[in-house]
Amino acid sequence: MSGQHAFAAALLAPRLDPPAGLHGRGGRGAGRRFDIYRNNVVASLIAAMETGFPVVRALVGAEFFTAMAGEFVRAHPPSSPRLMLYGTAFPVFLAAFAPVAHLGYLADVARLELALRESYHAADATPLDPRILTTYTAEDLARMRLRLAPALRLIRSDWPVLGIWQAHHGGRPPQPGPQDVLIARPGFDPVPLLLPQGGGAVIAALKEGKSLGSALECADSEFQDSDILELLNILLKHGAICGFQGEGHNA
Amino acid sequence: MLDTTHPSLPPRPGVGFKAQHFSDIQADPGPVAWLEIHAENYMGDGGRPLAQLRALAERFPISVHGVGLSIGGEGPLDTDHLARLKHLVDWLNPASFSEHLAWSTHEGAYLNDLLPLPYMQDTLARVCDHIDRVQHTLGRRMLLENPATYLEFAETEMTETDFLAAIVRRTGCGLLLDVNNVHVACTNRGADPVAYLDALPLDQVGEIHLGGHDAQQDEHGNPLLIDSHGAQVADPVWALYAHTIARGGIRPTLIEWDTDVPDWPVLAAEAARAATLAAEVAA
Repeated sequence: MSGQHAFAAALLAPRLDPPAGLHGRGGRGAGRRFDIYRNNVVASLIAAMETGFPVVRALVGAEFFTAMAGEFVRAHPPSSPRLMLYGTAFPVFLAAFAPVAHLGYLADVARLELALRESYHAADATPLDPRILTTYTAEDLARMRLRLAPALRLIRSDWPVLGIWQAHHGGRPPQPGPQDVLIARPGFDPVPLLLPQGGGAVIAALKEGKSLGSALECADSEFQDSDILELLNILLKHGAICGFQGEGHNA
Repeated sequence: MLDTTHPSLPPRPGVGFKAQHFSDIQADPGPVAWLEIHAENYMGDGGRPLAQLRALAERFPISVHGVGLSIGGEGPLDTDHLARLKHLVDWLNPASFSEHLAWSTHEGAYLNDLLPLPYMQDTLARVCDHIDRVQHTLGRRMLLENPATYLEFAETEMTETDFLAAIVRRTGCGLLLDVNNVHVACTNRGADPVAYLDALPLDQVGEIHLGGHDAQQDEHGNPLLIDSHGAQVADPVWALYAHTIARGGIRPTLIEWDTDVPDWPVLAAEAARAATLAAEVAA
C-alpha cells in the first residue's frame, strides 16, 4: 500500500491509527499532529455542507446536522476541488439515512438547495425581450422550441418543498401537498418559484427541447391549457427564456 | 481573454479577496495594490463570482492561487481540473499563478487540505514532472508555496529548503514564500526559521504570504502551531518578514485571512503594516 493511500484512508477513518513512518518533534509519536490533518479535512468539508444546505441543517438542528454531515463527508468525499458543487450525493444519502427516515421531505429540500447553488454558478445569458412574443401567432408559438436560461432548474416534489424552504425564510407554515418548483436567476440571485399544478411536466418537456405545443401535451391532467399563459409569464418575468431554437426562429 | 494590462504583481501589499469586501475595495482600496483569488472558487460557468472578478481585474493586478491541484500527489494530475485551471487563466490573464507543495487528491477523492509529503528523490522527480506539466499547459511560469506542516516522515532524505531549491533549479518555477508557514513549520519541528530562510534561493521569490496562526501543544507538551489564516499576523512572523525582505528585497506581499474574516478596515490595516515595514527596511 502506498504512503498516500494509507494517509488518506486514516484521514477519513477516525478509529484508524495514523499510518506508520510519521513522527513529531524529536522523533516522538505523531498522534495529535496527524489529528490536525484529520480535523482539517472533515471539519472543512462539514463546513462546506453547512454552507450548502442551511435549510436542511435548520430542519434537523445544528448538532445533529454536524454528526450526519460527518458521516456523509467520510462516505462521499468530494470528487473534485470545486466545492461549490459539493454534496450532489446528499439527497440520495438522506433518503437512505435511517435516523431521518421520518422526515420524508428532507431529501427534496436538499435537492432544492443544491439546485439553488447550481443556478447561482450557472452561465450568464441575455433574456428575451417579452414584447417579441406578441409578434407571433398562437400557431407559431405552439411550434416554437424555447431556449431556456442555463441557470434554470426544476424540482418536482411530492412534498410542499418550496413551502418548507420559505417557512425557514420568514414565510408561513407550509400546507401539505406536492409542489413543482422552478428556479430562475433574473440577475445574480436565484429565485425559487411555485409553478401551477402540473406545470413541472411542461417545464421538463421544454428543457428536453420539445416545442411549446408538444410540451403542453405532456402536461398532467390538473394542468389547464390556460395555465400555459401563467407559466410563460413566470418564465419571461424572471428572464428564463433566452430565445428560440430551430424552425428559423433563432434569436 | 480580458483586456488586463498587469504583466506582474507590484512589490506592494495585496489581500486575499473575499466577496463581502467587494464594495469596500471598489470604494477605497487603501494601501492594497493587488488581489489574490482562490482559483477553485471561480470555476463556475457564470454568475456573481465571475462578474465581480471581471470588475476587479479591470482595476487591479490579480494573482490566481490554486489550492486543489495536488502537485505533491502520488497519482497523475487531475486532467479535468488542470483544464479548468487553464480555462480560468486563459480568460483572466492574471499577473501571477501559484500553487502548493502539497497533495490533496487521492484516487479521485478531494480531501480539501494541504497534505504533507516526504522529501526524497522519487517525490522530487514526481513534483517536478507535475510542475513541468502545469507550466507547459498554462504557458507560464508558476510559483510554488512552501507548506505549513505538523509532522515529519521517517523516509525523508533531504531538507525542505534543499527540496524547494532543487524544484526551482529543475523546473524554472519561482517560489511563493509563506513566512507564516516558515514560522509554523519550523516551530513545529523545533527548527530555526532564520536558518530556513537563509537556505532558500530568495532571489527566486515572486510573492510573499503573511497570515495568522493558532497556537496549541502536542501530547508531549511541544508547541504546535496551526496555519489557520484566522487572525492577525503574529509578531515573530513580522520579524521574519523584515529579515526576508532585508535579505531578498521587497516583494509583492499578501495578507491572507480566510476564516473569521474581519471587516475591511482591519484587513486594510494589516496590509498597511506590511507596506510600512517594507518602507522601513528599504530606508
